Parts: sequence; C-alpha cells; structure tokens
Amino acid sequence: MADLTSAQVPPVGPEDHLRGEGQEVILYVDLACAHCAATWQGISDLSLTICFRHFPLPSQHPRSPLLHAAAEAAALQGGFWPFVDRLFADRGRTDDPHIWEAVSEMGFDLDRFQRDRRSTQVEERVQRDFRSGVRAGVSSTPGAFVSGVAVTPPLHRALRSLSGN
Amino acid sequence: MYPSSTSAAETELIEPGSNAPDFSLPNQDGEDVKLADFAGKRLVLCFYPGDFSSVCSDQLSLYESVKEDLAEAGAVVVGVSVDSGYCHAAFAEKLGLSMPLLADFHPKGEVSASFGAYSPDFGCSSRSLFLIEPDGVVSWVHHSPPLEIPGANLIFDALSP
Repeated sequence: MADLTSAQVPPVGPEDHLRGEGQEVILYVDLACAHCAATWQGISDLSLTICFRHFPLPSQHPRSPLLHAAAEAAALQGGFWPFVDRLFADRGRTDDPHIWEAVSEMGFDLDRFQRDRRSTQVEERVQRDFRSGVRAGVSSTPGAFVSGVAVTPPLHRALRSLSGN
Repeated sequence: MYPSSTSAAETELIEPGSNAPDFSLPNQDGEDVKLADFAGKRLVLCFYPGDFSSVCSDQLSLYESVKEDLAEAGAVVVGVSVDSGYCHAAFAEKLGLSMPLLADFHPKGEVSASFGAYSPDFGCSSRSLFLIEPDGVVSWVHHSPPLEIPGANLIFDALSP
C-alpha cells in the first residue's frame, strides 16, 4: 500500500528551505501557479519565517515539475531563493532558455545545473515535499500551515494578520 | 458560480454498507461505462459539480497526480458530473486526465441522485466520494461543501486496511 494516508504536516527540518524571521509558516507551493505567485508577492514583505515546500500539480501546469526540479538544482548551488523569486516575479519567462539565462546571470555552473535538475536526488527531494503535503491534506496551492494547523484562505490576508503587518 | 455552502435541498447520500446503485453512463470517448465493468476492483466514484470550474480542476488534478499510488492501492478513480461527454473530453484533454469521466447528462443527474449526490437547487452533482468494494458494496462515503476539496489523503485512508 502506498503511504499517502493522512498524517500531520512534518515539522520544519534541516533540509527545508527557510527564509525570514518571525512566525514560522510552512507553504506548499506550485511554482507555475498564478495564485502562488500572487500570494508570494503579497507576503514578501511580512515578518515571517517561510518554509518552502514543493507541491507541483502538472495537470494544471505541465511545466511545474520541471520548474521545481530547477529550483532544487539552483539550491544545490546556493541559489534557491533568488531563483524562486525570479520565477514568481516574471511568470512569462519560465521556458528553458529563460531559465538558462537566469542561471547564467546568477553565476551558477550551467552544466552542473542541467545535470542536477534531471537527477534522481532532485526528483526525490521534490516528491518528498509533495507527498508530505498530500498526507497533510493539501488539495490546492498555495497551502499553508502554522503550528501544524492548516491556514484558511485567503492566505495573504491570514498571514498578514499573523505577522502583525 | 457554485454555491459556497451545502444546499438543504440536496438528496440524501447513500450509507456505507449499501449496495452501490447500478449505472451505465457514457465516458469522454462516448463509450458506455457500467458498474459491472469494475467488478472485482475497488472503485472510487468522484462526483463533482462541473468541468472547468477552478475547484473541480484542482480536485481532479490532485487525484491525477497520485494516480500511480491509487493504482498501487488497487483502486480506480472515476469522475462523474452532469456535463456532457463532449465537455468531459475537452476537460480531460485540458488537464491531461487519464481517469474516465462519466456524463450524467441525460436524464440529467439521475445517477448522481441515485447515490444522493445531486443538488437539485443548483442542477449539478454535489462534491462527494464513494468507495465501492469489489463485491459492489459501498464501504465509504465522503461529502464536501462545494468549494472544499477532499484531499487525496482521505481516499488513501479509506483504502487502507
């Protein structure tokens, strides 16, 4: 039996992508999702510790798995957050040539990036987040948890209130 | 636009332990699909309000994303709404859905109503899941408000021993 039965959202761990200071929020995000991009812009100035977790839904966004793998490949060269910020800031430029351009401008090793984004390690990393989200009951993106409890949409409003902004 | 709360006029869901109502409906390819086609399998019938709505798109996309795990668990997921087979074909193509989508189009909502998953007030199937065991007995029923997507985890909970 595949283990996608219900489970608590995993607490933040050493392999998670974390940024910011303040109340910890776990965000399950699809990098090709317009709602996620809008939420991202809406919460970027808040005093929160954001824990980013991958939740690609390729039926809705066919390029989503590729973008998540690219973000993890960027992470292996220390550029996860700038890469994610760039994707969300310019959603019209997420094809491969745009990604190669971004990677080059960020000073990454493009050959390594290309190898990493297709690696089993990266695929498993993305899938681990996705499956933890499924088990926690994430059913659309973005999904958020604070102190293990799902946040009720609209997220940007709830998170703004939480951050005291 | 779908309602944000459950209609009081909705038909009553069938209970776990009931025999699944028989059905024969066309899928998105125009082929008739019958309950008997799933004999010996665990069937998850997913009634949803309408093709192309944002919430239903999210719901079916989510289930599509875990289709291999569902297959490993021995389950087949089949979507049902009052949309036509032609509409289902376009919806399935847009989302790349591999699951059958059954058209409860005419008489409108008849099969949905037989499961208690039809909202006469809004003229659409209500968002409901039914797990039908290989012997045709319904073992699990879940109903959600129209704008609330039942997570895939709930299906796996129902399928787990």
